[in-house]
Amino acid sequence: MLSAFFIFNQKGEVLISRLYRTDFKRSIADVFRIQVVSNSDVRSPIITLGSTSFFHVRTNNLYVVAVTKTNANAALVFEFCYRFINISKSYFGKIDEEAIKNNFALVYELIDEICDFGYPQNSEIDTLKSYITTESVVSQGIPAEESSKITTQATGAISWRRPDVKYKKNEAFVDVIETVNLSMSAKGNILRADVDGHILMRAYLSGTPECKFGLNDKLVIDKSQGGGGGDAVELDDCRFHQCVRLNEFDATRTISFIPPDGEFELMKYRSTSNVKLPLRVIPTVTEVGSGQVNYDIIVKANFSNKLAATNVVLRIPTPLNTTSAECKVATGKAKYNPSENVMVWKIPRIQGGQEIVFSAVAALTTSVTTRQVWARPPIDVDFQVLMFTSSGLIVRFLKVFEKSSYQSVKWVRYLTKANGGYQIRF
Amino acid sequence: MSIRGPRKGENYELSVDLNSEYREKRKDAIKRVIASMTVGKDVSGLFPDVLKNMQTDDLEQKKLVYLYLINYAKTQPELVILAVNTFVKDSDDPNPLVRALAIRTMGCLRAEKIIDYLCDPLQKALRDENPYVRKTAALCVAKLYDLKPELVIENGFLEQLHEMISDSNPMVVANTVAALTDIHSASTANQPSTSSDSSTAFHITTPILNKLLVALNECSEWGRVAILNALGRYQAQDDKESEHICERVVPQFQHINGSVVLAAVKVVMIHLRKVRREELEKQLIRKMAPPLVTLLSSPPEVQWVALRNINLLLQKRPEILSNEMRVFFCKYNDPLYVKVEKLDIMVRLAHERNVDALLSELKEYASEVDVDFVRKSVKAIGQTAVKIEEAAEKCVNVLLDLIATRVSYVVQEAIVVMKDIFRKYPSTYEGVIPTLCANLDELDEPEAKASLIWIIGEYANKIENADDLLTLFVDSFTEEAYPVQLQTLTAVVKLFLKKPDSSQGIVQRVLNTATKDCDSPDVRDRAYIYWRLLSMDPAAAKSVVLSHRPPISIPRTTVAPAVLEELIGEIGSLASVYHKPAETFIGKGRLGADAMQKRAVEEADESQLSTQKALQTVVAGQQSENLLDFGDEPSTDGGGLSGLAATQTMLSQPAAANLIAGTSSNPLDDLVSIFGNVSMQPMSATPTPAPSQAAFGFGQPPSAAPGGAFGGLMTPTVSGSSTSPPTQQQQKPEEDLLGLF
Repeated sequence: MLSAFFIFNQKGEVLISRLYRTDFKRSIADVFRIQVVSNSDVRSPIITLGSTSFFHVRTNNLYVVAVTKTNANAALVFEFCYRFINISKSYFGKIDEEAIKNNFALVYELIDEICDFGYPQNSEIDTLKSYITTESVVSQGIPAEESSKITTQATGAISWRRPDVKYKKNEAFVDVIETVNLSMSAKGNILRADVDGHILMRAYLSGTPECKFGLNDKLVIDKSQGGGGGDAVELDDCRFHQCVRLNEFDATRTISFIPPDGEFELMKYRSTSNVKLPLRVIPTVTEVGSGQVNYDIIVKANFSNKLAATNVVLRIPTPLNTTSAECKVATGKAKYNPSENVMVWKIPRIQGGQEIVFSAVAALTTSVTTRQVWARPPIDVDFQVLMFTSSGLIVRFLKVFEKSSYQSVKWVRYLTKANGGYQIRF
Repeated sequence: MSIRGPRKGENYELSVDLNSEYREKRKDAIKRVIASMTVGKDVSGLFPDVLKNMQTDDLEQKKLVYLYLINYAKTQPELVILAVNTFVKDSDDPNPLVRALAIRTMGCLRAEKIIDYLCDPLQKALRDENPYVRKTAALCVAKLYDLKPELVIENGFLEQLHEMISDSNPMVVANTVAALTDIHSASTANQPSTSSDSSTAFHITTPILNKLLVALNECSEWGRVAILNALGRYQAQDDKESEHICERVVPQFQHINGSVVLAAVKVVMIHLRKVRREELEKQLIRKMAPPLVTLLSSPPEVQWVALRNINLLLQKRPEILSNEMRVFFCKYNDPLYVKVEKLDIMVRLAHERNVDALLSELKEYASEVDVDFVRKSVKAIGQTAVKIEEAAEKCVNVLLDLIATRVSYVVQEAIVVMKDIFRKYPSTYEGVIPTLCANLDELDEPEAKASLIWIIGEYANKIENADDLLTLFVDSFTEEAYPVQLQTLTAVVKLFLKKPDSSQGIVQRVLNTATKDCDSPDVRDRAYIYWRLLSMDPAAAKSVVLSHRPPISIPRTTVAPAVLEELIGEIGSLASVYHKPAETFIGKGRLGADAMQKRAVEEADESQLSTQKALQTVVAGQQSENLLDFGDEPSTDGGGLSGLAATQTMLSQPAAANLIAGTSSNPLDDLVSIFGNVSMQPMSATPTPAPSQAAFGFGQPPSAAPGGAFGGLMTPTVSGSSTSPPTQQQQKPEEDLLGLF
């Protein structure tokens, strides 16, 4: 599949190069540098030159590049690049030029382990960490049985878990994290509102625990099958970590699995119906003549007054020819940021039910040279609300069964946030 | 120690450190060697020194040395022999990680001399009790095949691989499948004709199928993709079996890895062809929709791959996502390539009920910053108008709003789009013509100018000052781009035929200028033809120039049905992303335009346009190939030809001629764009692109009388279109034209 794997820095210097096949020369890296890195107008993540295709993903100051000469599986290649990025983050804490340079020997070890002859192999972080470590391992250090165990695990039916995990205190943490995406028209109509949900689990459970996971009673998972009342939580689609038995889910809708040890993403879901929008933003923006724009923005917190939205940041665009902007706020801090043409309004905390106001006047230069009308990019809102889910999803139970039938403690947290996708046009 | 560079410099220092008595120092030196190797410095001179460090208990150091060996084995084969002993010893190590590492590395060395030593350890590794070693060995067979196929066959490794499909470990099964598939495709690429009966072919039989279905649910995500790929190649015996496969694969739609989801979609789409039960078919299609939509919350690159595939799926089964248009609305911060793809899909999903939402969305996009995206949004408005008759008026209103913004590129694109709307709904929106003409001075792009001129010519009798407007363009005739000249020429002739009294002077002038002062043979030829037509038989001129034209429409597919079917079987792959068959961009066994045409002719009843699109893609692929290939083989074709010969070579690839003719890939500005296309009747039976039409500017007159003034020119063409093969057709009119002058 993959013929080669490269990591480039921003200047196009090769940090890592691993050729899996011999159908081309090392100089292929130069081609990428010329065609992509030094080209300011790259309009596609895949570039095919001659019969060689370059797939690239940019992350921080790096290009992660996969090269192939075959009709490769494009989805797989990109998923693999992102998997590599995740593995690196988990190993080095971050992925950037420095991290790769300082750990290049380890990086080579990793990419050889997760990809052989261009075919991706086991890439479960937890398993990898059991035999590829940051400290050098002397092979005598691992007795042969130990590595037998590792290898069995790396290839076994439950490749994501070691059999001999032991904890004094058996705990499982479940985090339900929802990202709300909103696109609201200038008239206040909701163009689209959807929720990307992730259920993250941190399992510190001994042995080989069998878990069963239950969500809301009134949960409609395949919306198109109908059913469900008005207040039921409807998930358009959900996807599971490979530990979840998909057949069982398909047949009986139960989520059962043997969890990996430590942190993993149990489930991803998507919901588009009955999305509760925690913050309502009502902008009134008027252009006074050609020299001034007035802003009046009201933000209402639409949730129980026991909860609070934190780290609220509104980014309110101003016309490109703005010379100065005066912002008036009673809550939080607001500032005009000329380099990005936005006014940034930061509110550390909004209690449920509260309503806050922002007003500003932007002065424009009158000597307009371009006839281009102001595109009015949308207002972008970021926030976090703890113990609130936009979809209404609730975890009803998490049952753990294990041979030794120990007691386990489970914790559930909810968080709804917006991250660049909560946009209100005006 | 015999061959050694000067006793100074970086390499010398490294070699000293590599021979150091301290373990840490040696290891550090190896790391430095690898680092130099990565940045492309030549450290092959250190081969013997590095090799000494291979025999070690330190696994990390061992891996580093192996990495070095992999890199330089090809250039230093005689030295690699020294390493063989260690490899063979390692392959017997009690530690399975070491055994697997030795096998993995030996397979990567790619030196002829070491290969012979690989067979015995590999034989053992394939039967190893440890699954980790077995799965590594399985892939190693594919590596060996890549290097020396005879060895694989002689040693019976293929039979062993076939046995390993029954392995108890799902990961071993997955890698075995990957290896067999790799060998299969390598052998078919080398000898495409004899592949079917050769022993290297990987035929999936019913027992294998069942084993794969079992392994599918247990193995790792990447393994699932490999197995799903193999399932896609399986030929189901009957509809029962197809249904069974679909039902077993459907749970994979819920997998977290996007590539597994797409691979599962592919398998279901392939086996769906044989599913007879309509209710099951509906259910499968319904289940497919949510996972596809979910892919849109993946990282942008994966999203893009998903979008391109959704586009293909919609061409095959437009009902899949019929109620989901809103999820394709662009986010302000989506990358451009994602936005453009979403636009296309939105237009595909448009119908009467959601068109209002779509239009307000498109209008919004048209005010964004990126020029390319804005233009595409405007174009999408036009496509919507052509697609949905009920919404055409709303679209026209939106376009008028956009023209009112007076942003230059928006206005120009809107005018191009208006032309298409006129072509679809002739004489319906004449009320907007004055608004369009008011922007005449703003236009600086040839396409926009040409479009406006076409509109003026088409409605010359309804526009009072049409002759004044056209005079402007006649005045600047020689400075305009050729498409504008051609269009001006035709519009003036139209004007003359519609209002003969007032425009005698202008037509004379334009014909004079075009025949005397113009560099382009196309323009000159067209002018001569008009001139003679007008002077010999004005009635014939009328029926040619003002003939009725069929309205345009948006094709449901952008690729030929046969190609679409092939691409559906390749979902997730590069071919599906490019919407081109893999042969067009992969080195071996390239598919030429001729082959494509053959394929197209087989599908005789296809729409002409889609065939031509397919041809264009192929030729575009070939051209970029010739320009950009940096492969090993020197380019041999085309280099020696020049002038007329070159032109003829190009013309013998019909679609290439279209490219020269400046054809855009947008279905709206189809093929002959506004110039030709006047009458398609004589040609429409064969899927032949029409450079000749482009040259004439008006195609053949429907009533072409062979004995008329143009008989000598026309006859061979008309008869050619019905009898001779397409390629010849392209050259004949060209020769005739040359003969005329």
